[in-house]
Amino acid sequence: MTIKNEKNGSTLKLIVEGRVDTSTSKEFEEKAKADLGGVEELVLDFTQLNYISSAGLRVLLSLQKIMNKQGSMKIVGANDIVKDIFEVTGFSEILTVE
Amino acid sequence: MKELTVDAAIENIETVTNFINEELEQLNCPMKAQIQIDVAIDELFGNIARYAYNPATGKATVRIEVDKSPLSVVITFIDHGKPFDPLSAATPDITLSAEERGIGGLGIFLVKKSMDLVEYEFENGHNILKIKKNLE
Repeated sequence: MTIKNEKNGSTLKLIVEGRVDTSTSKEFEEKAKADLGGVEELVLDFTQLNYISSAGLRVLLSLQKIMNKQGSMKIVGANDIVKDIFEVTGFSEILTVE
Repeated sequence: MKELTVDAAIENIETVTNFINEELEQLNCPMKAQIQIDVAIDELFGNIARYAYNPATGKATVRIEVDKSPLSVVITFIDHGKPFDPLSAATPDITLSAEERGIGGLGIFLVKKSMDLVEYEFENGHNILKIKKNLE
């Protein structure tokens, strides 16, 4: 997994590539949370994300809770397999997936 | 039938995934099924790595068997750690909001939804968890 971040005013975009799973979810959480101060819009670009397991869903839930307090969060570019995982777990109801 | 025995450790999730993927590629496994299986390995082997022997360590065996008609694979995870039936975990309420939502049981729930069969038994001191996925 690699994460690139682009900050533009109060918008933070995280471009996540590879897999967010048991091995990588902690790094994903730490990197995402480290940059959230003052962010009002968080965009997670999942165009290059291959898949996500429940360990990654846990991080998304945690980020969503933070952003519910300080602004908004959306996921863009998720592939069909990742969208399927959101659907099956009910996460498509919690997250904004474009 | 092929099998691999490794230390039940988080670092070995990738070893196990690569081992299974090599077999799946020889079967021309559809990409979606392969990714669902990879996610299942992350959930199930990850559970064994975190909980089966905690705080000690131990071995886990992963076995893959292929059935040709219809094409399907059975993957079995075996450890001799604490008896634990993941299928007994409560089904998560997937209708709750972000604020109300817990995360327990989500991994095994995802595995149940994406596999065609999930079975657990405890036999002779071993946790034996079997998943089956139809590939056609």
